[in-house]
Amino acid sequence: MSLLRSPSSEPLWKEEFSVFTADERYVTRRQFVKFLSLASVGMFVGNLWILAKAYFAKPPTYPASAIAEVGEIPVKGVKLFSYPGPDDRCIVVRTSEEEYVAYSQKCTHLSCAVYYSAKNDRLECPCHQGFFSIKDGSVLQGPPPRSLPKIVLQTAGGKLVATGVEVSENG
Amino acid sequence: MAKPDFTTQRRGLVAIDGAMALVIILLVVQIWLLSAALEGFLAGHHRVALPAAIFSGLLLACCLGLNAFVDRVDRESRKE
Repeated sequence: MSLLRSPSSEPLWKEEFSVFTADERYVTRRQFVKFLSLASVGMFVGNLWILAKAYFAKPPTYPASAIAEVGEIPVKGVKLFSYPGPDDRCIVVRTSEEEYVAYSQKCTHLSCAVYYSAKNDRLECPCHQGFFSIKDGSVLQGPPPRSLPKIVLQTAGGKLVATGVEVSENG
Repeated sequence: MAKPDFTTQRRGLVAIDGAMALVIILLVVQIWLLSAALEGFLAGHHRVALPAAIFSGLLLACCLGLNAFVDRVDRESRKE
């Protein structure tokens, strides 16, 4: 009689199937520590990648690009333009008769477009109330972690020309 | 018949749990370090990359050391 199958509620294929899902999904502490160690290797590789980028990446080159006529923008007025690529939106502000400043329009927090508040004389991000100084693009208030990239401007032939992008070292 | 030594096993389990908790803490520090290094790099602070990589390597060495420790304790407590 031992050759006969003992009565069971499980179907035959389930009894004879050698893989038990619950056992397969069971993770031991040792496996978990191994997985954590693997994640640690991943973090280290990420840091090495940043290191390689920092040491071996070539500094970017920027083309010269005319963005406005001198005098075209009124004092405390603004003009939007793209620099260095067509998707890199920037804002130029005429702060006084002779002075122009330009910054990337992307907030360094979550990339919302910043605008110039003439009343407060600062650049403001409407999304999370991040404020930037109009003088150097530094963060005055709010969640942005670093300054706005500054666009280097020159005057040539009666035109305002963008010649580069400065990323602040001071955060 | 010799009885299994549950005290040794329990000690081994506590040691493994402790090591696991430590690895988790080290990993959290490493994640923070990576995000801080990336943030610094994107902000133009390229000098932070080297110390961050060195420290991350030290944390990795600690994690691997603890992994070896867990392996050893596990093997020894199963032998008992």
